[in-house]
Amino acid sequence: MIRNRQNMIFAWLLLAPAIAYVAVIVAWPLVETVRLSFTDASLKKVTNYVGWKNYARIYNDTFFEVIVRTFTWTFFSVLLKMVIGTFGAVLLNAAVPGRHLFRILTMPPWIVPMAIGIFMWGWMYNGQFGMISGLLQRFGLVDGPVAFLAYGNSAYWATIVTDVWIGVPMVTIYFLAAIQSIPKDLYEAAWTDGASRWTRFRRITLPLMMPAIITMSMLSLIATFNSFDIIWILTRGGPSGETTTMIIDTYQTAIGSKKYGEGAARAVVICIFLSLFSLAYFRVTRRLAATEKA
Amino acid sequence: MARSDDSRAMIDRYRWWEVVLIYLGIAAFLFFLLAPFLEGFLVSLKPLAQLFSSPYRFWPENGSFSAYVTMWQSVPGFARYIFNSFLISTVATVIVLILVVPAAYAFARFDYRGMGLVLGAFLAVSMFSGAVLLIPLFRLMRTLGLLNTYFAMIVPGVAFLIPSAIWLLRTYMMRIPVELNEAAYMDGASQFYTFRRVILPIARPGIIVVAITTFIGAYAQQFVFALSFNSKTEYMPLPVGLFAYFGKQEVIWNELMAASFVGITPALIIIFFLQRYLVGGLTAGAVKQ
Repeated sequence: MIRNRQNMIFAWLLLAPAIAYVAVIVAWPLVETVRLSFTDASLKKVTNYVGWKNYARIYNDTFFEVIVRTFTWTFFSVLLKMVIGTFGAVLLNAAVPGRHLFRILTMPPWIVPMAIGIFMWGWMYNGQFGMISGLLQRFGLVDGPVAFLAYGNSAYWATIVTDVWIGVPMVTIYFLAAIQSIPKDLYEAAWTDGASRWTRFRRITLPLMMPAIITMSMLSLIATFNSFDIIWILTRGGPSGETTTMIIDTYQTAIGSKKYGEGAARAVVICIFLSLFSLAYFRVTRRLAATEKA
Repeated sequence: MARSDDSRAMIDRYRWWEVVLIYLGIAAFLFFLLAPFLEGFLVSLKPLAQLFSSPYRFWPENGSFSAYVTMWQSVPGFARYIFNSFLISTVATVIVLILVVPAAYAFARFDYRGMGLVLGAFLAVSMFSGAVLLIPLFRLMRTLGLLNTYFAMIVPGVAFLIPSAIWLLRTYMMRIPVELNEAAYMDGASQFYTFRRVILPIARPGIIVVAITTFIGAYAQQFVFALSFNSKTEYMPLPVGLFAYFGKQEVIWNELMAASFVGITPALIIIFFLQRYLVGGLTAGAVKQ
């Protein structure tokens, strides 16, 4: 590579438009969120600085409840995505006729407009005419209709299932690529030594998939923590706040109640968590890359 | 070579019950992923009266496609919503490409001080969702006078499509041999000429993959910004346009499901014809991480 001053200017010129765009649309709003969190900004014309008042106001029991709920919700969702994604990737890797078609058929939830997929889940969860309640009744597993989104506990799990549904295709395709990049010789050697299919999975596939699983669970953690559309469309955070995560809570405060300042304070708390996750992600992926080289 | 082919074939030979288990597993897995579409499709075929009658019926009785005809009256903006969705996605994709193609090339070819940090910053953007930044973005759009225009939905959306596009295209461009740059340099070509006349033509397949994934991403992501920054019915993209109907008391479910189904077909057609490029492109971007 030829390195000189002229090339350096050229390289930065190539980058300049994208940098400028992201600076205006993401970086500046981030800074602005922090500034607004110390004000009483609302629809009123006058905005005053109020110090830590917004943070003091959100420092209460309901907010802690929301934080805990966000973490458990995210945890279960990511866990299920990883388990189902591994399951799916191993199955789709099996050399059976039709596997190319099956791979295509995993993709729709990922690729169709998210909101529309969620509308369809909304119907599935309907107690009176939804598929799930209907089939459960048909097979005699429940006595009457179950309105999944009407009760806190079932709504909590229903939103998780939908989130898993949207996340699984990407995880599966990613894991499938990871499995296919494992050298075939390893399997042959193990096979020659008489290792069973299960042993080969336990001792070869799973350990060599681990970097992919770790990378994906970190990425998935960040995406899931940010999940907004699913809960908003299905429950709007209800019933009685039982599916309100931090993002939903922020949206309700800022856009719903037009309390921009207070909403910004909540958004800042989210950003702090996200920054921690991103830091962890970069550290972990760097360590994985380092062990791979060694 | 021949021997290893033999043993590979032996490894992949399943006993009959293993084949049955694999197919059962795949069936369960795909049922989970496709059930909502099946449900949506069945509902769109059922007459409205049947939807609300009990007991529950899985298959439609006297099913018909009439909802696909009547929905055009019940959802008057439907054609417009689809047009809006396509317009927003197309313009967003064009802007993303204009920004990302040069940037990805810079990241693939040059490594000056500070560029690693910038790349990290770009990737960090994908960590923040639009929903977190809604408040300042709302005020920004208001200041720029973009509220209730197409651009209110395009401009913020583009920023969140940039990171994965940069990463994907950078990975692709890193595979283009540096020798091409050196040969062009020897021939006295400027850096800009090399980029336009040598690199861009070779990178075209990669750019096409990025364009497709970006378009799909833009089509799929249309919700938060459209919900928050636009209240004009005539500019609404399909998801938000239909969402308005879901809140109403008298929901004509079979027609709404028909409309939803028509709305997702473009994406389904894209997957069907382009999945080879998509899987290749997406995983290339992801695995190399």
